[in-house]
Amino acid sequence: MEATVSKETNGKTWSGGSNKPLGTSYGKMMMWFFILSDALTFSGFLAAYGLMRFKFIESWPIADEVFTHFPFLHGVHAPMYYVALMTFILIFSSVTMVLAVDAGHQMKKGKVTFYMLLTIIGGLIFLGSQAWEWKNFIGGSYGAVELNDGKIVQFVDASGHQIELDKFVVSSHSERTQLSRDKGIWFMKESSLPPFSIEEVMTGFKANPDITIRLEKINPATKTKTIVPRAEAMKYLNETKAVIKGANLQVNEYGKPLFADFFFFITGFHGFHVFSGVIINIIIFFNVILGTYERRGHYEMVEKVGLYWHFVDLVWVFVFTFFYLV
Amino acid sequence: MAANAHEHKSHTGLIWKVFGILSVITIVEVILGIVKPDFLYLTKIFGTSPLNIIFLVLTIVKAYYITWFFMHMNDETKSLRRSVVWTAVFLIIYLATLLLIEGSYINDVLAPLVKWNY
Repeated sequence: MEATVSKETNGKTWSGGSNKPLGTSYGKMMMWFFILSDALTFSGFLAAYGLMRFKFIESWPIADEVFTHFPFLHGVHAPMYYVALMTFILIFSSVTMVLAVDAGHQMKKGKVTFYMLLTIIGGLIFLGSQAWEWKNFIGGSYGAVELNDGKIVQFVDASGHQIELDKFVVSSHSERTQLSRDKGIWFMKESSLPPFSIEEVMTGFKANPDITIRLEKINPATKTKTIVPRAEAMKYLNETKAVIKGANLQVNEYGKPLFADFFFFITGFHGFHVFSGVIINIIIFFNVILGTYERRGHYEMVEKVGLYWHFVDLVWVFVFTFFYLV
Repeated sequence: MAANAHEHKSHTGLIWKVFGILSVITIVEVILGIVKPDFLYLTKIFGTSPLNIIFLVLTIVKAYYITWFFMHMNDETKSLRRSVVWTAVFLIIYLATLLLIEGSYINDVLAPLVKWNY
């Protein structure tokens, strides 16, 4: 059977002699066509994101206002820097991967081992960075209120910058506790409680005359969110349904829940690709150490896993553009 | 050609050059994304801002360098290259065009119905 790869038949898993369709080996060609189909999957996701974004073009969240955190810089408005760092980490791990492939062509086992190790470390750092990015997004930065029709209203200070709920809302220490399975009927529970109740937010808003609200609607001339004068703000706030902090699949303090859904789904799917890439890299790494490919006479396996790894980088280039830049 | 593994000489020079190009493009993208010059960001061309067009072009340039030099598409036969690249390019452009046109049509119909004043 061709599927059982031994030393002799290796690289000749095509049936029917030593003819190589498209001048490539079986494994490499299959990897290329897998990548092609995976690329189409990702473009399906990203195109769906584009569809929804165009549908809500006048009220879509502005990425610069969503992803503004950087490690050790608390409270500093730092859009893009962190994701740029993540991009560099992934590009650099792509470079070490291609260096490993290059060393494999020259049959230098030591170099392949070293560069594979760097690639794995780069992949792990990227995964950690993504987890941190998710943590910030889920935790939220300012907090907002949701109206009865699902619109999000955010609070801004006199200069038009967003202001955190903690800055003007005082907690009244009510007795409200989170409903969990052990407190009520076994199938009833709720997600974590918002930091403040609606009444507390309203009281805080009325007590601070400088504060006003901001709608999701984007002013097309300046591409900024519309700020409502304080005199009219109560008309919106009377419609308040819930206080929201952070983002999950149901609510999103930055605007449309769809934005959060697509963000979690697409970066999650990409992150899962990175994760599986790291696992495959680790397997190949140990094979390199054990000398499997040295005995086989070539390092094509490193090349194939390299293809996958570069593809993951390639996808990130597009995710970066469509979620953070455009 | 990848056919004979032993004839390969090192390409590290090329690899670092490509890394340099990718880095410069990313830095340019990030700077543009932070600064967002008004004449690129607030003007309109082909239904979007020139800034978005620039980002899109730079992204495709990056994708080209990754595919051609990191994934060694350059060294594959013309037939493999075309069967992968042309398929992807055609289908993705097709899907994106249809969905984006549809999206802006839905917006044309839906947006006037959304209430923003209470």
